[in-house]
Amino acid sequence: MKGLMAVFWKELSDHFSSLRFIILSVLIYLAGIGTIYVAAQNIRADVTATTRFIFLRLFIVSGEGIPFSFPLFLSLFIPVVGIALGFDAINSERTSGNLSRLLSQPLYRDSVINGKFLAGLVTLSILVLSIVTLVAGMGLRMIGVPPTAEELLRLFIFVFVSIVYGGFWLALAVLFSVFFNRTATSALASIAVWLFMFLFVTMIASSVANAIVPVDQNATVDAIARNDEIYRGISRISPGTLYGESVQVLLMPELSHPSSTLMLISIYTAGMIPTPLSLGQSLLVVWPQVTSLIALTALCFAASYIKFMREEIRST
Amino acid sequence: MQYAIETVDLVKTYKGKVAVDRLNLRVGEGEVFGFLGPNGAGKTTTILMLLGLTEPTSGSARVCGYDPTREPLRVKRVAGYLPEKVGFYDDMTARQNLEYTAALNGISVEDAEKKIREALELVGLADVAEHKVGTFSHGMKQRLGIADVMIKDPKVAFFDEPTAGIDPEGTDQVLRLIKDMARRNVTVLISSHQLHQVQKVCTRVGIMANGRLVAEGSVDELGRRLIGGGKFRIEAQVSPLSDRVISTVKGVKGVSGVEVSGDRLLISCDEDIRPQVARAIIDSESLLLQMKIEEYSLDDIYLRYFRD
Repeated sequence: MKGLMAVFWKELSDHFSSLRFIILSVLIYLAGIGTIYVAAQNIRADVTATTRFIFLRLFIVSGEGIPFSFPLFLSLFIPVVGIALGFDAINSERTSGNLSRLLSQPLYRDSVINGKFLAGLVTLSILVLSIVTLVAGMGLRMIGVPPTAEELLRLFIFVFVSIVYGGFWLALAVLFSVFFNRTATSALASIAVWLFMFLFVTMIASSVANAIVPVDQNATVDAIARNDEIYRGISRISPGTLYGESVQVLLMPELSHPSSTLMLISIYTAGMIPTPLSLGQSLLVVWPQVTSLIALTALCFAASYIKFMREEIRST
Repeated sequence: MQYAIETVDLVKTYKGKVAVDRLNLRVGEGEVFGFLGPNGAGKTTTILMLLGLTEPTSGSARVCGYDPTREPLRVKRVAGYLPEKVGFYDDMTARQNLEYTAALNGISVEDAEKKIREALELVGLADVAEHKVGTFSHGMKQRLGIADVMIKDPKVAFFDEPTAGIDPEGTDQVLRLIKDMARRNVTVLISSHQLHQVQKVCTRVGIMANGRLVAEGSVDELGRRLIGGGKFRIEAQVSPLSDRVISTVKGVKGVSGVEVSGDRLLISCDEDIRPQVARAIIDSESLLLQMKIEEYSLDDIYLRYFRD
């Protein structure tokens, strides 16, 4: 435990004093402030007399011509932060000749990985929490509508889910840092996965869905629903999709289903009136997504664990 | 006698290739053991197994009575290790690097501060304690590595090629520090292929080749055993080199062996008996053209061994 804490504090102070972290936080703060500024400009047009959860709208609304809402921007940037904090966790120790010295100290080998992961996660949490707080504070000043207790609670859960999402990317980057000996390779591999998840998965998902159930202007509601279902099913391979869906449900209580298309269909066919879900109900809806994210993180973590524990320190 | 390091039939194979082959090694407490051999002889692999960083394929090892495979943490608590290509965190200062080691060893902050100050002074890095390690030379890093081993107060210290790639002055400093450690009753194991350096500090040496310990003993012992002669070797150029000269020289008191090489006599002996040898040569009516004496060094032993 002592060893773990020693690694943790050292890594944490490394993160906070690194240029990498400073650049990342500047980038993220600027982008976050930018999106919320645009949102505050456009929120008047979006809010009607019946809108509840005005404060949460602030996080959803995006400007004209700028399709970036705050959660979308987070879903893109959190992976970058996670990767940046983890991609050289183990292999940099190896190349710098520190690993054999470190492992000859009286600490369990898993303490090294645990300490590094924990330090990365805490850094990430501080970053996410601070930017959400900053954005919320700015929003409060700009629109002058205070958040309700439920809105605050939803925001906290949103922060939690964001951290879990970042934890996955961190675990993935740590995994690559255990498997690849060169930091450049592990960084590129992590970025490749990130690009694949964001660009290709949705492309593949939509082409597969369109191939199985073609949808055109004459398509039946049933066909549209099936197409959407297939599309969702495949794109859920991407943690970005899982995150996007859970954030949508959390921040837009009117949504009772992660898919807005399916929502619309059920409104049309069943004549449902969109009433906001209670917090408990929203949580139930996002539960599978969040547990999937946690499971993916655990999977990466377990793989890096097994590899690192079995690894032999070689002379060369 | 209690052995600080003991291995019994230690074997390590990497993908069918034998790196260490039934190694039986015993190092007593307080000894400075020189672990010699060319690159790839299996020295580092042995050290890694002794530290529990690599698992032996078969056989067993004990360090201070602990099994490195089963109780790696206990071994790591009493054993210090300076790896061959030692690395530090370049963007941290010398002191910060040592503080991290102290923290990993569970040394309290106050104790650590004192120990770090002492260790840095001993290795002569006290005035660069607040400099970043990235600016250090190779020799300085090596000395910092020794300080790094010192602050955990080890009972056993493993130094893997501690003098590789540093200048003669740095080498001397490193060896002196290792000697100092041994004086404080730390058992030291130095692996090296630079024999004449290690020779200065070791009480006993073992020569390793192809994973096996091929010779073991004090430098003197090894010299005697392997070269079949004494501590010194006298080389005399004689003309003519008659049988009479050879037999007379053989009869000189203190000569333990005579070899002929061209027009030279190679005489092994335990003492410097040049005057007696010179007299014997002249007495047998030959001319002594030149004569020189040298002390056997590990180099000879070593070269001799690997030539065969």
